[in-house]
Amino acid sequence: MSYPESLRYTKEHEWVRAEGDIGTIGITDHAQKELGDIVYVDLPKVGAKIEQGKSLGSVESVKAVSDIYSPVSGEVVEVNETLAQAPEKLNQDPHGAAWLVKVRLSAPDEVKTLLSAADYQTYVGAES
Amino acid sequence: MLAECGVASAEDLFSHLPDDVRLKQPLALEPGISEYEIVDYFRSRAAENANGYASFLGAGVYAHYRPVMVDTVVSRGEFLTSYTPYQAEISQGTLQAIFEFQTLMCQLTGQEVANASMWDGSTATTEAVLMAERLTGRTRVLVARSLHPEYRDVLKTYAKNLGLTIEDIGYTKSGRIDTAALKAAIRDDVAAIVVQSPNFFGVIEEASALAEVAHSAGALLVVSIAEGVSLGLVKPPVEADIVAMEAQSFGLAPSYGGPFAGVVASREKFVRQMPGRLAGQTVDAEGKRGFVLTLATREQHIRREKATSNICTNQALCALAATVHLTLLGKEGLREMAEQNLAKAQFALSELEKIPGVKRAFDGPFFNEFTVELPRSVRMVNADLLKEKIIGPLALGPNYPELSKNALICVTETTPRGEIERFAAALKKILAQPA
Repeated sequence: MSYPESLRYTKEHEWVRAEGDIGTIGITDHAQKELGDIVYVDLPKVGAKIEQGKSLGSVESVKAVSDIYSPVSGEVVEVNETLAQAPEKLNQDPHGAAWLVKVRLSAPDEVKTLLSAADYQTYVGAES
Repeated sequence: MLAECGVASAEDLFSHLPDDVRLKQPLALEPGISEYEIVDYFRSRAAENANGYASFLGAGVYAHYRPVMVDTVVSRGEFLTSYTPYQAEISQGTLQAIFEFQTLMCQLTGQEVANASMWDGSTATTEAVLMAERLTGRTRVLVARSLHPEYRDVLKTYAKNLGLTIEDIGYTKSGRIDTAALKAAIRDDVAAIVVQSPNFFGVIEEASALAEVAHSAGALLVVSIAEGVSLGLVKPPVEADIVAMEAQSFGLAPSYGGPFAGVVASREKFVRQMPGRLAGQTVDAEGKRGFVLTLATREQHIRREKATSNICTNQALCALAATVHLTLLGKEGLREMAEQNLAKAQFALSELEKIPGVKRAFDGPFFNEFTVELPRSVRMVNADLLKEKIIGPLALGPNYPELSKNALICVTETTPRGEIERFAAALKKILAQPA
């Protein structure tokens, strides 16, 4: 899977897509591969305030639990409810249908500090 | 072996330790004695145990019939010395036994999921409270004063460093929790209401009414059960969100206080917040039924400080004893056992109430324990009863200063009718004497 250029990435393997003042957050294909079969996602509620670099929830596979670190700061405006019934979507379409939350960005400039698709590709290429 | 390790003596194995921390004298152990001398020693010490006494003590530990088969099964080497079933392939027996235990606990408590057991009722109750805290995100807990004092102590110990606020809610003349006080105290910052049923005074609480109070404020109802045999007759607290139970009554002898086994049972929707181990049923690669430890990501070896509990074990052998016991009794046997408890306790109360000065303390319904008020110091009465080889009831004064004249009496199916009559006669005689 390639890494879409429309997304920006973190070293903790999250991505964000900024559209206006709304940021959509997810985990990367690299993350879902490392975790294995995902069985559960623990997400914040609408209205929750999240901070860049801080944990906003966790992703659970059969063998591990991983904190999800937020790539941006803001307020949660939407949560992907489909993941509760079908957490395996994260393994199938981590960059698209399996987005985690949408936030209203409190500091849109944060996005610029994140990795581009090319930089992230290099980063995970170096890791594996 | 020393030669293999490349050292001259056992002392050399510790040569890397700093001199100032090393023990300079031999351990204070007596010289070894022969096997038969050891057996003789323990035999004579065991003979010091009281024999031929009638006991009317309960208060969280209950003397019940234990079929001989319980010991036979738990003594099998496969169960007695086996380790934790981490490797499912070689632990199907253990895992299936745990799964059966969990199933029985659900059937008894009316809940949907039960764990593989905790240490005992006191820690199970505490873990249930912590579970409620995680589920609600709240830190205030309303606890009935009629919850076992030692369970409350354990809860306070855990709560101290977890930022939980424990508030006591009193009881009424029925012996039940004061629902008016509860309603006055409940707010949307309460994680749980905790009651015991039958409670420490022996009185059975009304779970459905209490669940309504809890749920109206978004709080959870935790029901703690110290006497599991009551479930042979009393309607289980199905309205409770979490049930914490002591399994000692099922096939575990009182044993001077332990080891016992605790249970946490709850709704399936809360399972990810459940503490302790969980055995699950699945199918293997060939489609055959198998059992595994499941949802391990709740546990400490994976989630570390965010785990649902720091218990990295369960009381497998004790839980097995409970499983064997309940399997041997069956539904009808447990019911019959419970009926005998109820009948004998009622009989005991009626005999004691005939004694001038002895009064029933609470008018709420009870199972196999009830509280009486005595016209004289409970401690002194018990001292006199002991001379008659009767272990008298528990004085409530030490834990409940307002109940300094009261005593908690427990009667199980193992108390012969003759002993109940003897107890009543002895008490009558003691109270008839000048103070």
